[in-house]
Amino acid sequence: MLKIEGLTVSVFGQRVLSDVNLRIRKGGSMALLGPNGSGKTSLLMAIMGLSGYKITKGDIIFKGRRINDLSVDERARLGIGIMFQRPPAIRGVKLRQMVDMTQRGDFNADREAGELNLREFLDRDTNVGFSGGELKRSELLQMLAHSPQLSLFDEPESGVDLENIVLVGKIMSRILNKNKDNAGLLITHTGCIFDYVKPDEGCVLVGGRLHCIGDPMSILKTIAKHGYEGCIACKRKIPEGDSRKPVK
Amino acid sequence: MQTKNSRGRFPKAGQVDIGSYKSSAKDKPYLKDLRRVRPDQKKNMLSAGVDLSNRHRSGTYVQMDHSVVHSQSLYPGVEVMSTTEALKKYDWLEDYFWKIVSNDADEFTRQAEVQPHHGYFLRAQAGVKAVYPLQACLFINEDNIIQNVHNIIIAEEGSDLQVITGCATASDVRRGLHIGISEFYVKKGAKLTFTMIHNWADDISVRPRTATLVEEGGTFLSNYICLEPVKTLQMYPKAELVGRGAMARYSSILFALPGAHMDVGSRVILKAEGSKAEVVSRAVSAGGDVIARGHLRGEAQGIKAHLECRGLMLSEKGLIHAIPELEATIEGVDLSHEAAVGKIARDEIEYLMARGLSEGEAQAAIVRGFLDTSIMGLPRELQKQIDTAISTCEKEAF
Ligand SMILES: Nc1ncnc2c1ncn2[C@@H]1O[C@H](COP(=O)(O)OP(=O)(O)O)[C@@H](O)[C@H]1O
Ligand SMILES: [Mg+2]
Repeated sequence: MLKIEGLTVSVFGQRVLSDVNLRIRKGGSMALLGPNGSGKTSLLMAIMGLSGYKITKGDIIFKGRRINDLSVDERARLGIGIMFQRPPAIRGVKLRQMVDMTQRGDFNADREAGELNLREFLDRDTNVGFSGGELKRSELLQMLAHSPQLSLFDEPESGVDLENIVLVGKIMSRILNKNKDNAGLLITHTGCIFDYVKPDEGCVLVGGRLHCIGDPMSILKTIAKHGYEGCIACKRKIPEGDSRKPVK
Repeated sequence: MQTKNSRGRFPKAGQVDIGSYKSSAKDKPYLKDLRRVRPDQKKNMLSAGVDLSNRHRSGTYVQMDHSVVHSQSLYPGVEVMSTTEALKKYDWLEDYFWKIVSNDADEFTRQAEVQPHHGYFLRAQAGVKAVYPLQACLFINEDNIIQNVHNIIIAEEGSDLQVITGCATASDVRRGLHIGISEFYVKKGAKLTFTMIHNWADDISVRPRTATLVEEGGTFLSNYICLEPVKTLQMYPKAELVGRGAMARYSSILFALPGAHMDVGSRVILKAEGSKAEVVSRAVSAGGDVIARGHLRGEAQGIKAHLECRGLMLSEKGLIHAIPELEATIEGVDLSHEAAVGKIARDEIEYLMARGLSEGEAQAAIVRGFLDTSIMGLPRELQKQIDTAISTCEKEAF
């Protein structure tokens, strides 16, 4: 579904990703881990095609097609969707209008908003004055409307209270399982979300470089025990030239 | 608060040479039956909010060039006629003329005094609450003429009146000058909702001179919408709140296409205890120049007023210059303002694009949201119509 080859990205002339290689197969999902500022969000933004994230080398291939030069909306219409870490507030555009304008396929705004405890937010300006948790749910509502084949989730659970994590996890799982081929790439620090969405692979990004690809639970354990330092030092890191050797 | 345009200049009010316009126009016949208005004229009137089918209207006044073409009230207790006719009918009306707008304010007021061409007189008698709005249309049908109108609206004690004024031109009119003197009186406990829509041609110069007097407990709501091209527009209507607890709110929506120069503000003088005011403006420049002014002056205890100017730049060309002014003559007044002028945010556009909207659709949605007409409390039909007009305008701009 997604193939990233030798991807190097810079923001305002500063390199934030270097030679990143990864693959997500149809129906697969991957957890993306890494310390703050390591380039996780930049990777998602580059996949989505947001301006400012300039690809200086490498390719992004989605469903067999090189999408480096496609605009954001072309990628969205091809089936890539994103849950932003920090979505902007859109004054004057009601959340209801937002999902009405962008929905694809069957989507019932009132029902889905009800499920996300966002019913009274439908008639408010999108993201204006929303709390952290409300922003996450607003993002999920919009993703439900968009119904992408490849979902990019940027820290879906950060700032969400325990009760709502269940909800966030359930909705993410629904988005991913809507079609058996749907795939996902999700950024997390805690792995809390693994109870609801079970990624089959994990990878660690440090300083813009991918350090390992392997079992998400075991990577998370290593990080918890030894910190990212330990993760960087770890011998299981991907050998040069073989970007995808899974860790057993 | 200020952005210079690409030519690095600040805007000056467009010059108007009164002498360069024709001071006479052909007489237009009175039409008892509005169905006899030409369809193309009707269409232009409709785009300025004037619906000649009279559906959901309490009365209609139509003036073309210098002729009163139609005037009729459809609601008991509501009067609709030309100011010329009203002056003949009511001796007392003299006292309402040039009372709050000075005849000597500028060359335009002087022009309107020496050479008046009617204007509308709208009045709700005491206690009358009209369900539907009255509408008045000031239409320029002949190229290159000057039209000087003098309008009076009186909402007598305890009445409730809504007025829609639409200004438009015939499709083949290119150039013209419209001078409109308007004096509005909102008596004790009355409410006047005044909505003015300008739908001019690109070489029309417009100089409204408007003032409103609001008495005790009275409410004056003024909505102004100018979306279509105009060459130069300059106006600074003023409300004086002279009775306890009087209230005024001005909302304006301006869309400046390339070549337009708009200098538009609203001013409220709070003279009475406990009076309140709000001035809200939204300006979009798609290449034209806008000066968005606002002025609040607090002269009495316990007053409260707020001014809000927001501007959105869609183009490298053009300019928006917000000039908010607050003035207090005594202690203990509550006056505030906020102003923000900026480019349409790239991250907002891309946010909508990430959901699948094209760049144009994303931009249009954000501009529509910015020019939110829902605060104006317009009749549903009119609001829909204005929203459609905004969409059309955007399409022209991009
Ligand atoms: N829009 C931006 N403007 C400036 N710097 C940016 C921008 N986006 C990312 N960066 C920089 O790129 C690096 C990676 O950031 P980011 O991808 O957000 O990291 P992460 O999501 O892993 O915390 C950081 O040093 C960050 O400051
Ligand atoms: Mg991030």
